[in-house]
Amino acid sequence: MVGDQGLVSVTERDVVAPPRATAARRISTFLSSHARARLALLLSAPLAWLVLVYIVALAALLITALWTVDSFTGEITQTWNLDNIIEVVTGSLYQAVTLRTIGVALLVTVVDIVIALPIAFFMAKVASPRLQRILVIAVLMPLWASYLVKAYAWRSVLAEGGLADSVSGGNSPGYGLPATIVTLAYLWLPYVILPIYAGLERVPNSLLEASSDLGASTGRTLRLIVLPMLWPAIIAGSIFSFSLSLGDYITVNIVGGANQLLGNLVYTNVGAANNLPLAAAIALIPIAIMVVYLGVVRRTGALENL
Amino acid sequence: MHRITARQPALLAGLAIASVALLTACGTSSPSGGGETSAATEIGEGEGSVSILAWPGYVEDGTNDPEVDWVSDFETQTGCTVTSKTYGTSDEAFSLMKTGDYDVVAASGDLSLRLVAAGDVAAVNTDLLENYDAIYDFLKMQSWNSVDGVSYGIPHGYGANLLMYNTDEFETAPTSWDVVFDKASENKGKVTAYDSPIYIADAAVYLMAHEPDLGITNPYALDETQLAAAVDLLKAQRENIGEYWSDYLKEVSAFETGDSVVGTTWQVIQNSVTTGNTEVVLPEEGTTGWSDTWMVASEAKSPNCAYEWLDYIASPEANAAATAYFGEAPSSDAACEFRDDCESYHAGDEDYASQIWYWSTPIAECLDGRTDVECTDYSAWTTAWSEIKG
Amino acid sequence: MKLSRPARVTLGTITIVVLAVIYLPLLVVFINSFSTSANLTWPPPGFTLEWWGKAFRNQGALNALGTSVQIALASTAVALVLGTLISLALQRFRFFGRDFVNLLVILPIALPGIVTGIALNNFFRTIMDVRLGILTIIVAHATFCIVTVFNNVIARLRRMGTSLEEASADLGAGVWTTFRLVTFPQLRSALFAGGLLAFALSFDEIIVTTFTAGAGVSTLPIWILDNLFRPNQAPIVNVIAVVLVLVSIIPIYIAQRIGGQEHVAK
Repeated sequence: MVGDQGLVSVTERDVVAPPRATAARRISTFLSSHARARLALLLSAPLAWLVLVYIVALAALLITALWTVDSFTGEITQTWNLDNIIEVVTGSLYQAVTLRTIGVALLVTVVDIVIALPIAFFMAKVASPRLQRILVIAVLMPLWASYLVKAYAWRSVLAEGGLADSVSGGNSPGYGLPATIVTLAYLWLPYVILPIYAGLERVPNSLLEASSDLGASTGRTLRLIVLPMLWPAIIAGSIFSFSLSLGDYITVNIVGGANQLLGNLVYTNVGAANNLPLAAAIALIPIAIMVVYLGVVRRTGALENL
Repeated sequence: MHRITARQPALLAGLAIASVALLTACGTSSPSGGGETSAATEIGEGEGSVSILAWPGYVEDGTNDPEVDWVSDFETQTGCTVTSKTYGTSDEAFSLMKTGDYDVVAASGDLSLRLVAAGDVAAVNTDLLENYDAIYDFLKMQSWNSVDGVSYGIPHGYGANLLMYNTDEFETAPTSWDVVFDKASENKGKVTAYDSPIYIADAAVYLMAHEPDLGITNPYALDETQLAAAVDLLKAQRENIGEYWSDYLKEVSAFETGDSVVGTTWQVIQNSVTTGNTEVVLPEEGTTGWSDTWMVASEAKSPNCAYEWLDYIASPEANAAATAYFGEAPSSDAACEFRDDCESYHAGDEDYASQIWYWSTPIAECLDGRTDVECTDYSAWTTAWSEIKG
Repeated sequence: MKLSRPARVTLGTITIVVLAVIYLPLLVVFINSFSTSANLTWPPPGFTLEWWGKAFRNQGALNALGTSVQIALASTAVALVLGTLISLALQRFRFFGRDFVNLLVILPIALPGIVTGIALNNFFRTIMDVRLGILTIIVAHATFCIVTVFNNVIARLRRMGTSLEEASADLGAGVWTTFRLVTFPQLRSALFAGGLLAFALSFDEIIVTTFTAGAGVSTLPIWILDNLFRPNQAPIVNVIAVVLVLVSIIPIYIAQRIGGQEHVAK
């Protein structure tokens, strides 16, 4: 079908032949007028992938929590019972470890946000474009040094007689929960800086200038204008640091001294105890925490800011 | 922006839920364990390849250090190409063996019986192995590598869990494990211990000497009361622990920096410490130790190459190279001809070896022969260990 | 924004201090790669280039590096395709269950790695009955990399608007042609940024990979984990980390330049 061909005068020579009705053309026409078909086509592959690979895997895992394992042969027996779940919810060990893990994750998140805000603000609003680019590269580069290497580097820094001792005059925190919090905060910092930086970039400078023109001090502007707009981005960053800390078992092993977190309990039960049902039951705890957290932050619009 | 009515997505959602239900109904069952477990009667033609699961440093083919290689010779001699995977703990190995991907596994005593019970390994016909006879008698047909008189593998070497201490902190050498138990508070925050449920046996060894009323005769055969006593001892120790270790680089670094000053160790760790201010001792109460066993998978895809490997790794030269690299005593006197450090590992010293309670898997049927009580098994120990760490 | 001088100086100082803290452990890694102590004692007893030489000849490390790159490229490719499809669906259409799909995309990265790891391990071994190997790792990585592509693309789509696409359709271009010649060029930098982050995520991932790799498959993080155990290999690990950080400057810089040009063009 010949559409409106344009603004210049059309002569016999200029008239373009109508597009041939090839199969591709016909499909394209069909899709153009049927929005639902387009949506189905777009959604089918990724949705199938996510549901098949992820949801089914999760569901299977959670179902395993309702089974038990024969301790002698190590085989999973499909007898339905709530024993594992009850054990996990009421056992004092699990309650203590859960509280400890949530505490660590919260502190890591708070530390990361407190550190990320000034540096992201500097990058987004104060630095020149050239400096901005350098800073983004500088923040992103450490992501490429292996997680394990960085954790071991911190182990060396926090050791007796290590850098932390030299710098603080013998007051290095040593290995333990404080060391775990510091190391985890360090590892996830770039993941928290990036969304906050992106969020700050979206705050138009004109708004900030208008605010100061109207007489607001820097502090007031930050508090009343910037922070509310930034909130979703901050929450988005927190999702990363919170969830990554919630399930971590490697860093605790390296700098955490004798402590254990939820991730360690899950890991020991999958490996040492070969007790997948119990491990799955313990895994329900961080899943439940994150689902609740995601549900709560959905309203803030943070999920659009990841 | 296009608004789509509810019908189609609801259909998709229904389809999704149905497929999820269908797939999970297919069951999350582990693949069945029991396979052919009777021993082979002869070594046939090599299959061309063999897949081995072992501790790091047991199967070295030069990719890590061109000078450390005893696999290439095996490959040229037998034509069996080796692919290997390392594991960090016996528990990880147990899960890996369930996949059925491996022909041979080097199993410590806390793993071997579990593999036998699960049917993941087959009995080994030791008559087919030339190098079996030369192996030290005190390593053969023990509780961790044989069941009811049937051998399930060949010994690789052996080592003891020793007490390591910082010579700057301890003016006189300690002679008892009490420095990490009853007297641990003197070094609060700097005591270390092995991070595995099997460490409960070390507490049991201590109780055997210090609380004989408990009646423990075998540290791997603990009934409920005895286990509870060991757990109490370990919970008290936990207050003084700086960190637990499961990879030995961690303990090496801890002793070198001084973050740990006393605790359980392996000889190889003492040999790796470069600061020169540590010593090891075998305390008077005795100790636990390990003797790893090479076992053949029950559903091995290359059983013949597997037997070839077992024979090769027991041969003096290969055994010497492998055990020296890892830091343990070899399995035979013949191997000592190829090593110059057999002395420090007390190779062949039966007296030394008799003080060692080799790692065995605790099972409900008491390993010390008691039939009036039921002993606690490894899963009970694992639960206890999590509780101890808190 | 007109910030007072003291405010700007304070911010600048904080930035410098934070960057210094960020790079301090990396400096420790760098120094340790020259240390004569195989056990990484601090301070290093001496300096040597031995480990640098060994690292480049170390077959195990090079193989692991190759595997990691392979897996990361494949996962990124899959994530790019799926992420773009799902961003287009979520941004251009409004439909029942939209929020649910949004949540679904985020879930693999929002749930702790160990949960994803054991779930996928169980799924592959018992339900799908496939051998664990490179393919299973790629599937696992692609699943949680989708979200990084999704975020970048959907943000770009929001800024783009539909006017150019509608104009293209009015001019008679088919659906695929419109995408190829109008949408895709505008998405390019977002795809590059998202892809780069996905690549980094997959390249350094250890927890999920431990559970989805089979026998004989060694990605770089797995190799590092194995070699932090071995007595004389630990410094080589540090060499590799340093090389990775230095090499990473290139793609990050490129991503910045492309993104920056878009900024200026606006």
